[in-house]
Amino acid sequence: MPTPTPPNTAAKASGCASGRCGSSASQIDELDASVAQRVQDHPCYSEEAHKYFARMHVAVAPACNIQCNYCNRKYDCSNESRPGVVSEVLTAAQAVKKTLAVAAAIPQMSVLGIAGPGDALANPERTFATFAELSQRAPDLKLCLSTNGLMLPQYVDQIAAYHVDHVTITINCIDPDIGAQIYPWIFWKHRRITGREAAEVLIAQQQQGLEMLVARGILVKVNSVMIPGINDQHLKEVSRIVRAKGAFLHNVMPLISDPAHGTHFGLIGQRGPTPQELKTLQDECAGDMNMMRHCQQCRADAVGMLGEDRGAEFTLEKVEAMQIDEHAAMGRRLALRAAIHAELAEKRAARHAASAQVIELPRPAATLGRPVRMAVASSTGAVIDTHFGHAKHFHIFEVSAEEIRALGTCAAAQYCGGEADCGEADNTLARTLTALSDCEVMLCARIGIEPWGKLEAAGIRPDGAHAMEPVASALREAWKTMLDNGQLSVAPASQRRA
Amino acid sequence: MALEIVAGCVNCWACVALCPHQAILEAQPHFLIDSDRCTECIDAHATPQCAAICPIEGVIIDELGTPLNPLGSLSPAARDG
Ligand code: SF4
Ligand code: SF4
Ligand code: SF4
Repeated sequence: MPTPTPPNTAAKASGCASGRCGSSASQIDELDASVAQRVQDHPCYSEEAHKYFARMHVAVAPACNIQCNYCNRKYDCSNESRPGVVSEVLTAAQAVKKTLAVAAAIPQMSVLGIAGPGDALANPERTFATFAELSQRAPDLKLCLSTNGLMLPQYVDQIAAYHVDHVTITINCIDPDIGAQIYPWIFWKHRRITGREAAEVLIAQQQQGLEMLVARGILVKVNSVMIPGINDQHLKEVSRIVRAKGAFLHNVMPLISDPAHGTHFGLIGQRGPTPQELKTLQDECAGDMNMMRHCQQCRADAVGMLGEDRGAEFTLEKVEAMQIDEHAAMGRRLALRAAIHAELAEKRAARHAASAQVIELPRPAATLGRPVRMAVASSTGAVIDTHFGHAKHFHIFEVSAEEIRALGTCAAAQYCGGEADCGEADNTLARTLTALSDCEVMLCARIGIEPWGKLEAAGIRPDGAHAMEPVASALREAWKTMLDNGQLSVAPASQRRA
Repeated sequence: MALEIVAGCVNCWACVALCPHQAILEAQPHFLIDSDRCTECIDAHATPQCAAICPIEGVIIDELGTPLNPLGSLSPAARDG
């Protein structure tokens, strides 16, 4: 359990010891494929990626519309921040300026979140004004927000309109009798409502919001605060339900309860879980769901690499004085990100090498179209992970409507394999082309512009569109594309040339 | 006819955006209500909006000095049973 920060000492590092934070590599491999794709290089959710990327939260959302018994509203939202922290509230314009300044100085910056200091959706004007401006001026940044869920259904359309990447909802219960012990009141339809009625509304809104976000394809993470004796047993049920509804991650956090923080739970002596209790519950929920052991709660205005707080470099005054070339800054971010993604992709491919490739038999649906021989640049034959020029061998397949037949591998002359002298390049490339002469398609992760031209001239179409995809599905798609383009009713290009 | 914010307000901003008359001002040591603007919401809502969302007991009072959220009214214990 993180040690609570005393009030007003805002400059402590919000570190997560890497390795404990986020998800382990193998967990991500088990996630549903489309979600995995979006999470695998995510600076917040991938243990691998978070070492490379940075994210920040801007404190534009001060107001809150509910009361949690573990929160003292003097301080930042307890769902998002360690207790006792007070953030300097920014206007939307200030938040935009700060974000652009940070993103110019730290090209790893890739996620901008709004998580408080109150509730992002209790401050809709400020939150969405920030998103609107940033989606214009830094469209490469992923946007995220965190909410208690009360106003979620009302704002799902706007969240989708700004392409918000992921939403975190704090859901502590689905039973209003339990909710009444956690939330004394909510502000709803211009009134304060209390007790069980309040919990009923909040729970209904959270669940509806979760469903609506999932229906729109927005990643949803659910956080829960474990409160021993109140919702600890119940959270297993919560985990099951939110998983069933499509949340990609359920993260159980411990109640942090200290009388010094002046929260209701702190004052009445409600204890937090022991590390063992927390771990036991997390394990039980994990059996139910891909649950990533997450890091300590991050400060709502944290800046910099996860685990490295650089807030002091970007105070309002300093930011105001900065001159920023936004366009150049975005260029640097995109270039860096491409390099990082390539590196991560390589690492992933190495992991995939361990699992043997099974080539499935495609459905014998289409009957038209002749078989096509395709070469694949892949280190293992499982995933298209190799640069054309770095391939030591190519896997050769014959793809038809009925099947994908592996014809073995073909050794490549490495055209740029690190020989000190690259004068040989032309010769080696020519040798490779000869070896591949009966293939019509070359699937590879990447390929240089020059060999691209030479392959095309030799009647082999280079295709880098399936980088990092499983070989079998990429082959099938490449074949399907040729079929759709009407290329499969005629003889192969090589025979035409002959 | 106006409400007043007094010492004890924690400057949480919850009331500010809800006020139909933009009567609530960010200020130190605590937020303030502009008495010329505040109508106690009688023209707009069934209940004064600032008081309906304020999380702190006793910090919003009427002209007689009566708190709209009296002591104990917001604490969970007050509603047990
Ligand atoms: S949602 Fe956050 S800010 Fe609002 S009461 Fe709960 S913990 Fe506090
Ligand atoms: S009572 Fe109504 S008008 Fe007066 S300050 Fe509060 S919200 Fe504004
Ligand atoms: S809601 Fe209450 S505590 Fe918060 S700023 Fe307004 S008067 Fe102060």
